[in-house]
Amino acid sequence: MAEKSFSASRIPGFATTAILVFCALYLPIVMLVLYSFNSGDSVAVWEGFSLKWYPLAWSNEQVRDVTLRSLTIALVASVVATTVATMAALGTTRRKKTKGQTLIYLMINQPLMVPEIVTAVALLIFFAAIKVATGYQGLGYLIAAHSAFCIPFAYLPIRARLEGMDKTLEVAAADLYASNWQAFRYVTLPLLLPGIVAGMMLAFVTSLDDVVITLFVKSAGQDTLPTYMLAQIRRSVPPDVNAISALLLLLTVIMLTLFFLLTRKRD
Amino acid sequence: MVYAIEARSTRKVYGSGSFAVTALDNVSIAIRKGEFFTLLGPSGCGKTTLLRMIAGFETPTSGQILLNGQDISTQPPNQRPINTVFQSYALFPHLSVRENVGFGLKMKGRPDAQIAGTVERVLSLVKLEAMADRKPQQLSGGQQQRVALARALAPEPEVLLLDEPLSALDLKLRKEMQVELKRLQLELGITFIFVTHDQEEALTMSDRIGVMSAGHLLQVGPPREIYNRPVNRFVADFIGETNFIPATIAGGVATVAGGARLAVATDAPTGDHTIAVRPEHVRIGAEGDGALPATVGESVYFGTDSHVHLTLADGTAIVARQQSDATGAGVLAEGSRVGVSFADGSVQVLED
Repeated sequence: MAEKSFSASRIPGFATTAILVFCALYLPIVMLVLYSFNSGDSVAVWEGFSLKWYPLAWSNEQVRDVTLRSLTIALVASVVATTVATMAALGTTRRKKTKGQTLIYLMINQPLMVPEIVTAVALLIFFAAIKVATGYQGLGYLIAAHSAFCIPFAYLPIRARLEGMDKTLEVAAADLYASNWQAFRYVTLPLLLPGIVAGMMLAFVTSLDDVVITLFVKSAGQDTLPTYMLAQIRRSVPPDVNAISALLLLLTVIMLTLFFLLTRKRD
Repeated sequence: MVYAIEARSTRKVYGSGSFAVTALDNVSIAIRKGEFFTLLGPSGCGKTTLLRMIAGFETPTSGQILLNGQDISTQPPNQRPINTVFQSYALFPHLSVRENVGFGLKMKGRPDAQIAGTVERVLSLVKLEAMADRKPQQLSGGQQQRVALARALAPEPEVLLLDEPLSALDLKLRKEMQVELKRLQLELGITFIFVTHDQEEALTMSDRIGVMSAGHLLQVGPPREIYNRPVNRFVADFIGETNFIPATIAGGVATVAGGARLAVATDAPTGDHTIAVRPEHVRIGAEGDGALPATVGESVYFGTDSHVHLTLADGTAIVARQQSDATGAGVLAEGSRVGVSFADGSVQVLED
């Protein structure tokens, strides 16, 4: 009888480690959701079930204000980032290979590799110069910053989709009298669409929970949901923050599920 | 005469400097209108490169490609009235069978009503009317193959290119499609250029075959001519099985080791050459009487016939194909001494 092939599950302690890791990942989240339904205002002592924190959080005008701002930034930034990322992905997969392509790839993915704090400080200085020069204080800075650091998150799934696509399809389109634009419009784009939507959702989620860059770039009165929550938590941990977090978690789960459904291979 | 497709001294070189690879070396070929022409050769011989240049996916490094006498070498593929059936079929997975077949006409800007009519007609031609609303992935390999064919035929191209379209099908389906393709070609009268490495496929379907090797076109001719009169050792070896025997040629007579003399074409080149004889043209008889003396080796039984391995006096190994008989009485004992002769006109002198 031949040896069975390698299986990680037969390494000693495999199951224990796996269970511990999943506990470390998910127990805090379970606690968070659980205590958002706590009737008391402690995040440590359970006093009974209640839904009161959800309407309470929403009745807070500040919460509504920062939520709306967060969603606005995330929506605009993810659309901009996805558009740029789609063009970048086409540019890096649908043309002749050139020298320095790796460099371009690294440059596009720079926000993933440079520590966020570095980007944050750089943007702070850069935008300060523009603010002095133009006097503009609006939301544009946050949107621009979010758009920029969201690009690689949108770029990666789109590029993966383009690379996985059979290039003969585009050749076949050209063979069947499609112009360059028609081949893109009727073959490449429809096949790429799941990748684009996936990239956009990843960018949206990334923008939605950004703290570091937002803290450095925002002007007074431009709190987003995460920076607002951070400010609340400095004093105590109000249960309405729990409720907001639970809702954000729900939104993320929905988005990631959609992302998964869109990017999984269809055979 | 105006040919459907002509290649004139066409060269294709990939890369440059010391990395340059010549995929196609000064190939000239003329394909007639309405012809079923097959480009045959092993992988890497340049047959697909030539096909891609006719389609417009590649531009020749030098030389020209002509369609109906017009130079189309630099014309992009979407402006050539030439369609391709791809080896991988390359069906659009997001479109239905109907939309796939109508794609070319839609891109040409034809009105919807006309597209619908043509699509119906072409689908019935390949017997896929019932599948029109399915997606390609819901079809079997053979059905996908026919969709690919219908899609390439729908825009009514002047030339249809087929890049090893049957290689992914199993043997039985392949045989069926061979007949089907030939029927369609005769029915539609379109020029077919078929690329394959399968010599049997080439022999059964083609009006003419062009044999290619290492970027060169070695021989062009009807299947019988290619099989019976191969110009060189490569063609003789690639198409069917062949025995090679060294011989000295003079005045229409080939003298082989042992002194046996064989009649060959009177215009055959003289000097030391190789002669080629197909196994089915080798006759095994008694020793003497001008026959080549040989020793019987192993016999391999194939059902309809057996391959008998023989060794000539100078040690040259040859194979004879013997029709099987029902009783097995004709089986030759290993080690027995026999005389070998060749059927009239079956001995070919090869130049290299």
